[in-house]
Amino acid sequence: MRRTLGALTASALILAPFLWLVVSSVSGQTDLLEHPLHWWPEHVTLSRYQEIFTGREGVAAQFRAAMVNSLIVGAGTVVVSVSVGILGGYALARLTFPLRRMALMSFLVTYMLPPIVLIIPLYLLMARFGLLDTKLGLIIVYCSLATPFALWTMSTFFGSLPVELEEAARVDGCTRLGALVRVILPLARPGIVATVLFVFLLCWDEFLYALIFTSTSDAKTIPVAIAEFTGRNAVDFGLIAAGGVLAALPPVLLAVVLQRHLLAGLTAGSLK
Amino acid sequence: MPELHLPRRALLAAAALLPLTAACDVGGSNSPDSGGEGSGEGKITALFMQQAGYSEADIRAMTTDFQAKYPKITVEPTFVAYEALHDKIVAAAPAGTYDVVLIDVIWPAEFGSKKIVTDVTGQFPAAWKTDMLGGALKTAEYQGKYYGVPWILDSKYLFYNTEILGKAGVDPTSLSTWDGVLAAAAKIKSANLVKHPLIWSWKQAEALICDYTQLLGAFGGKFLSDDFKSIAFDSGGGLEALKWMKKTIDDGLTNPNSMESLEEDVRKIFSEGSAAMALNWTYMFNAANDPAQSKVAGKVEVLPTPSASGGSPGVNGSMALCVSGGSKNQKAAWTYISYLTSAEVQNKYAKSSLPCWGKSYDDAAVVSVAPKMVAAAKKELASLISRPEVPRYNEISQILQAELQQALLGKKAPEKALADAATQAKSLL
Amino acid sequence: MRKQAPLAAALLLPAALVVFGVVLWPAGRALVISFLDVDSPFPGAYPFVGLGNYADILTNPRFWAAAQHTLYFTVASTTLEVVLGLGLAHLLAAPMRFRWLFRAIVILPWALPTIVNGAMWRWILNAEYGALNALLTQLHLMDDYHSWLGADPFLALNMVVVADVWKNTSLVAFFLLAGLSAIPAELGEAARIDGAGSFRVFWRITLPLLRPTLAAVLVLRVIEAFKVFDIVYVMTGGGPASGTQTITFLTYLQAFSAQRFSYGAALAYLTVVAVLLLALIYLRLLRQQEMRAL
Repeated sequence: MRRTLGALTASALILAPFLWLVVSSVSGQTDLLEHPLHWWPEHVTLSRYQEIFTGREGVAAQFRAAMVNSLIVGAGTVVVSVSVGILGGYALARLTFPLRRMALMSFLVTYMLPPIVLIIPLYLLMARFGLLDTKLGLIIVYCSLATPFALWTMSTFFGSLPVELEEAARVDGCTRLGALVRVILPLARPGIVATVLFVFLLCWDEFLYALIFTSTSDAKTIPVAIAEFTGRNAVDFGLIAAGGVLAALPPVLLAVVLQRHLLAGLTAGSLK
Repeated sequence: MPELHLPRRALLAAAALLPLTAACDVGGSNSPDSGGEGSGEGKITALFMQQAGYSEADIRAMTTDFQAKYPKITVEPTFVAYEALHDKIVAAAPAGTYDVVLIDVIWPAEFGSKKIVTDVTGQFPAAWKTDMLGGALKTAEYQGKYYGVPWILDSKYLFYNTEILGKAGVDPTSLSTWDGVLAAAAKIKSANLVKHPLIWSWKQAEALICDYTQLLGAFGGKFLSDDFKSIAFDSGGGLEALKWMKKTIDDGLTNPNSMESLEEDVRKIFSEGSAAMALNWTYMFNAANDPAQSKVAGKVEVLPTPSASGGSPGVNGSMALCVSGGSKNQKAAWTYISYLTSAEVQNKYAKSSLPCWGKSYDDAAVVSVAPKMVAAAKKELASLISRPEVPRYNEISQILQAELQQALLGKKAPEKALADAATQAKSLL
Repeated sequence: MRKQAPLAAALLLPAALVVFGVVLWPAGRALVISFLDVDSPFPGAYPFVGLGNYADILTNPRFWAAAQHTLYFTVASTTLEVVLGLGLAHLLAAPMRFRWLFRAIVILPWALPTIVNGAMWRWILNAEYGALNALLTQLHLMDDYHSWLGADPFLALNMVVVADVWKNTSLVAFFLLAGLSAIPAELGEAARIDGAGSFRVFWRITLPLLRPTLAAVLVLRVIEAFKVFDIVYVMTGGGPASGTQTITFLTYLQAFSAQRFSYGAALAYLTVVAVLLLALIYLRLLRQQEMRAL
């Protein structure tokens, strides 16, 4: 009971601002600027969603293209970063080798550098390899952002699994990699899922690099598209809200699909 | 978990790794992509912004017409938000991504001195110097050289709500001076017509400097001494302007939310009828008179900026088209710029942005777009005041924004705030 | 032991290529630049100033103000996120009806792009039309509309913390949820049989075992919070009166707006040093806590 109450309170606190975003997205402009504000609009309008979904050119088309770009860039980065993160994370967690800590630290140091100072040299590199304004270019840059983190979390999750299970598998004749694939990976599934979510959302969220490295609908991502129509329509918050609601949907769907794997390892959630 | 145990040695070693990478530096940096004239044909890329002035659709239409006229040049226009424009130009400069870039009036000194945009004085026809409005001409000029061609001409005007002024019995002609504005605001407030008659864009951003500049000009102030070697805003008109601003807050005439407002917030509040008077760019005239976006449509009038002891110069808020320093096709870029800035093209799109050419303001087609706006513009655009034309303007502006807010929020006396700003800004000249 | 090194190298190589292939040159270049006086984006020969930029920064009051804001922001937001995230993770792990729905709700803020999150809070906190003002006045908790982001620099900074906590607590909660799954259920059950209450089980058994995940997520959040930029850019632009200017925001203003690339690069490396120190302090604290708990 106490837990249900807690869950309800938490849900309310989380949902209140978001619901206001949803309400704003369907409120007529005059409702939004009302004094005193009422909480349900007199004029409910879906015009902004209509505009985003059906608009032939300009904002609408750009938004749809940005959605697709963000999905592709996010998926590409997840595949690369999480794979190399699993391999490297395993090495960091389970193998003994010289300079292990230094290897981990040097990855983390790259993660600590504010992107702003890397932008101009990176821009030159990307220009030289023809990667500006391409999804591939963004995937490459995002992989470099997400991988240190994927390494760090995967090594943490691997490190917290009991060594005995793996040893048992190896006694049964598995190679190290065989044990990784057959024993460790299934057990580390919650950690992998959390890392996948993190990497995907990092790409979904990233603004500064995307802003500078993309210039057309070929590669512009969701945050850039939203920032652009924020600039143009600052007066109509509803349109920004509609864009925000739509931008939140794909990751939420992904999370709903993945959530059952988040706590599926040793305990299946039985430790309370 | 063993990773948590990070001894100091590992840290030092990790830190030591980075200088190693410096060795790789030499390889990449010694081949600057320098620009060139080009054949005058082929493909060029242009960078525009999306907010004010010509719309994306306008620019695409202009470009289509241009390509019909010059079939050997293809143009790829790209668009960013204004907030990203400066950074995008800087980041792209070494790679020469863009041939044509749109720049704000505050950047020619910075971009020109760093060769991010090219000096086009040689190509600038003598006739343009007389045919363009005086205020416009200064837009892309720095130390006697032209670094671009003025394209989007703008300044801040005084907008007022005829209904509120009518109810308060204020004669709009009294709004020709800032004293008059103050008196009108006091009258409106005491009649309880709106809580705060004035709204401004005084958020810590360039918008604050625009409003301040216009007031500084009205009070006869100067940013810098005439030789650009010392600070002048900390006394005289500069100080008076800030004191005046503070007074409107203290008297309850200025909406305190001005300190978190940009131009679009000003438009929103004014369009809601929550303010009687506001300073804003040209675009607010159409926007606030559009019933779809405004509750006060049809009740909005515009006047040239009011005067005080020092006259009534508007702030120069124009933008110019430039050939980028990294462009490898500068000739074609210039052809495109010449076309976009021509009087014919500008007159055709006068509804989106008023032309830079003096004659256009007598062109019936242009005037008919918005007669009252054009009348106000014609007067104000003849004399504009510029923000300091120095390469490190952006830094000076950042300092000034912060100190002006200190004063407006009552954390420092105006004298102290401006003196502090002057001390910090002195070394940047 | 020794023979594990080649395997480790092979396993780490892909990650190293993916990261250092992209970052090494820009990061190295930024470090070199921090010792020069580079004032334009073009490559070329620039004067060497040694530690001049670092000295400049450390004697500039604007930097110290930004450092204070950054430290406050980092400590306040990460502490709140970890405390709230722990509670949330605990709820998320509990068996209940509609658990999938609860998880979907919790993930919402994390899924909302920062740029939208910032715009949303700016809208909620809007002094003229904001929902918070409307709510508080309609509940008679406040007489008049209040300016949350424009009047008081410290209040504005706290509002930025609120927006950040609202979004990133989800991330912390989900990582801790994943960490919970590595804890053998038998431990908790055994303790419960011995008569320990849920709180004691959580405090004595779950929390210590959760420590590695907690450390990982905390270090991650500290790094990100210290680099905070987007939310400030969208919500306040560093104002009012520079009260929400953080180090990364200052870096942005200096490196980009002002084209003082060397100054910006030096700021970035100072940031790295500061984040490292902060991360180490947190890790050290967590280790001590473990020793006391066990």
